[in-house]
Amino acid sequence: MAISYDEVVAKYDPVLGLEVHVELNTHSKMFCSCSTTFGGEPNTQTCPVCLALPGALPVVNATAIESTIKIGLALNCSIAPYSRFARKNYFYPDMPKNFQISQYDEPICFDGFVDVEIDTDEGPRQFRIEVERVHMEEDTGKSLHVGGATGRIHGADYSLLDYNRAGIPLVEIVTKIVPGTGKYAPEVARAYVAELRDVLRGLGVSDVKMEQGSLRCDANVSLKPMGSEVLGTRSETKNVNSLRSVERAIRGEMIRHAELLDAGQKVKQETRHFQEDTGLTRSGRSKEQAEDYRYFPEPDLVPVAPDAAWIQELRAALPERPSLRRKRLKEEWNVPDKEMSAMVNADVLDIVEATVLLGSDPTKARSWWLGEISRIANDQEVAVTELSITPEDVAEIVALVNKGELTDKLARQVVEGVIAGEGSPAEVVAKRGIKVVNDDGALMAAIEKVCADQPDTAQKVRDGHIPAAGALIGAVMKETKGQADAARVRELLLGHLGQ
Amino acid sequence: MITQSAAAMSDALAKGEVTSTELTQAHLDRIGDVDSAVKAFLHVDAEGALAQAARVDADRSSGKKLHPLAGIPLALKDVLTQDGIPTTAGSKILQGWKPQYDSTVVSKIKDAGIVILGKTNMDEFAMGSSTENSAYGPTFNPWDLARTPGGSSGGSAAAVSAYEAPLAIGSDTGGSIRQPAALTGIVGVRPTYGAVSRYGLIAYSSSLDQAGPFGRTVLDTALLHDVMAGHDPKDATSINGTFPDVVAAARKCDVKGMKIGVIKQLQGEGYQSGVQARFDESLQVLASLGAQIVEVDCPSFEYALAAYYLIAPSECSSNLARFDAMRYGLRVGDSDGASAESVMNATRNAGFGHEVKRRIILGTYALSSGYYDAYYGSAQKIRTLIIQDYAKAFAQADVLVSPTAPTTAFKIGEKSDDPIAMYLGDVATIPVNLAGICGMSLPAGLADEDNLPVGFQIMAPAMEDARLYQVGSALEAALVSQWGGHLISKAPALGGSK
Repeated sequence: MAISYDEVVAKYDPVLGLEVHVELNTHSKMFCSCSTTFGGEPNTQTCPVCLALPGALPVVNATAIESTIKIGLALNCSIAPYSRFARKNYFYPDMPKNFQISQYDEPICFDGFVDVEIDTDEGPRQFRIEVERVHMEEDTGKSLHVGGATGRIHGADYSLLDYNRAGIPLVEIVTKIVPGTGKYAPEVARAYVAELRDVLRGLGVSDVKMEQGSLRCDANVSLKPMGSEVLGTRSETKNVNSLRSVERAIRGEMIRHAELLDAGQKVKQETRHFQEDTGLTRSGRSKEQAEDYRYFPEPDLVPVAPDAAWIQELRAALPERPSLRRKRLKEEWNVPDKEMSAMVNADVLDIVEATVLLGSDPTKARSWWLGEISRIANDQEVAVTELSITPEDVAEIVALVNKGELTDKLARQVVEGVIAGEGSPAEVVAKRGIKVVNDDGALMAAIEKVCADQPDTAQKVRDGHIPAAGALIGAVMKETKGQADAARVRELLLGHLGQ
Repeated sequence: MITQSAAAMSDALAKGEVTSTELTQAHLDRIGDVDSAVKAFLHVDAEGALAQAARVDADRSSGKKLHPLAGIPLALKDVLTQDGIPTTAGSKILQGWKPQYDSTVVSKIKDAGIVILGKTNMDEFAMGSSTENSAYGPTFNPWDLARTPGGSSGGSAAAVSAYEAPLAIGSDTGGSIRQPAALTGIVGVRPTYGAVSRYGLIAYSSSLDQAGPFGRTVLDTALLHDVMAGHDPKDATSINGTFPDVVAAARKCDVKGMKIGVIKQLQGEGYQSGVQARFDESLQVLASLGAQIVEVDCPSFEYALAAYYLIAPSECSSNLARFDAMRYGLRVGDSDGASAESVMNATRNAGFGHEVKRRIILGTYALSSGYYDAYYGSAQKIRTLIIQDYAKAFAQADVLVSPTAPTTAFKIGEKSDDPIAMYLGDVATIPVNLAGICGMSLPAGLADEDNLPVGFQIMAPAMEDARLYQVGSALEAALVSQWGGHLISKAPALGGSK
């Protein structure tokens, strides 16, 4: 019953809906002063409030409100002059109060949009994703199910509960339904989540690490027959933990829905869990009977009524929108699309820009950060920004190369030294005794020695077989410990051999 | 000594006529003598009380400046957390739980040097009007041990009435301080919503709950009120403003030129004749002191009880969800292979009493999708109408008055099987909670037909708590001089040493 993706999109029109949960990077939790640091010993970041001890009361974290308003403004939303928290009631062991403080019919931000651009067969095309609401809520604790095969609650011997995450501020960003993306649905969804991630990072309100769960996407997908106005039944896929998974999950669900519909079956309205290894989804909780959360206004909290002047201040202080900034930098630096995406994906755009602002040539700055430095970061399994090398260091190295005081090869040694903690580029140059050999006499001595050592190769070059010179140049560079300028060596060598 | 007012005890302590240790021990002895009959206390912390008393005595002898209530014993309703002291809220589901933190009210009374004798009995999770809903058995009214002391703060009221403590703290969600104060012949105040922090007050209905003081005199009650009130950053609904000087008001004893509004809807039919008679006489007393009596109309009060019994159960259905056996308290059915869900079910089934279950079910239903607007939504509209009724009434009068409860103390078991009859007893107190304003009950005398205390209720606008004390102190002074002593001195002796 296999059906290809091309067949799916020829026959059906996908409709998307995306819910993104973002953990804010506030120092303290949404309703208490407990730390939000990731990875602490279980249950060490808890207090009477986030453990829901009898009598404890929530108090709203003002920074979380500010962050949420910033997100709303960055997503072109209206900000409610008055909004309330609501209780969402349901029982689950990792939710201490057995209700979640969230927002229901009065979200703090509403009616926004995000524009994304993707490459289509007809060239770049812009899609507008309408944002229905942005609201605040609190995260739950974590359950760890021990025993059993799957790590799921069914079949587990026992479960462990960690409430460190309980009460971490979450912002939920919900789109309106997204029609009209056709076969580009998976890419549009990916581009939307990527844009959100960049916007949030630019605002500095979240770590936006999908793999750590600080940005989580639930993807709603439904199909309708081409030309139909009636929406199909949707599935909601959770556990989508990377941009690539967003794309794969949507593509996979579109195919699964199409197979069911082609076979005359119904799509069940349910929660699905994305499986990273297979790229498929597994059935979760059925949502056919909508759960009744008995929402009502949270009586322990007062309404949120942000001052209009304050909102204006926040609006005025918003950073440049990431997509516009990328467009600007691409033009200023004259970078091809592919290179631009490489920088964005490697997360070095900020650092490259900082290097350029310190006087470095954009191409050189880019090639250092994207090349040698990224390679070392990969080897050490850390992010580029976690290395001890700074934009100042790289700008200094680029300047030294420009002045002819370093060759590219020597510059790599300097980069290594800086990362190894040996000091600034100037200090590394001094300590390691790195300098360019530009004394032609010394070079000629080395050339003569190399030609005497490899008479056959030297003869080939004399006979006009120029590519053979490479081996000799390499030997000369080795002889001079890499401190020679390879171009000058080549020039002298070819002259020496009558070429 | 134990029959004195807290203010008199304070003077005696200051003059060195008695030490806090002696005073505390005298109250512990009294508890030992009478509490097997009254059953006001769920837990007596003799060791902690004597330790605090000794600290205060040491501070006093070292010449440290002390709060007027330093060294005075107090009984604490078991609904407020106290670090390390068993706290049950009258429920089996919290049996054996010891809080790891002090409620803000407890921090404040500890800081003032007040001595906490122990935790008092209450209707389970403050749901009830007789203390019969306690999972640990009822409290008995010191005036007649066959009767209830009212509720839900019946333990605190009975303790003060039986001279087991000169002061007590209760909580009032629909009348749970004022009604037991009325039924035991003492003074009780529900402060303005937001005036006393709810942090550490085990929630029944968050938008209605408020802790408040009990005393045998208006001044004693004001002294305790003053300690409890104040802004608390740990409670988002706590008022951040200037709090009225209730102690100064309680010393004023002057109602000349004040306008006192009698609420038409809260008298007459349904009120016991002796209750109505004492209320009417109290009005005459106030008039004779120079107050002007006017009648005010609050037509929406007719719906107050119905609105209350939708809002309070709705909030409680959510507030009590946390009692799930996962982190503290009772755990039932935790055998091999039992799921978390089945343990939650079994625990809640075994741990909650009938009235609590009744209100959780009511509230769950009222909040359900499809019923929300008809029940919870309508109740909130009535709440708004009641607030408007009060606003109009307070435009015509400085304070409003009514009998606190329609009847005097009723017999144990009399209304246990008839929840509606029990609920009707709160008809006069509930509007205050719905509007978030303040109210006081003080003794108005004994009903002729049963010789039991009658309560006189005074209501004032939000943050005008001082008016309660000003009017209350004036009425109290006049009545006490008529009676030749406080009403409480007319209570029958309970045996043991007074």
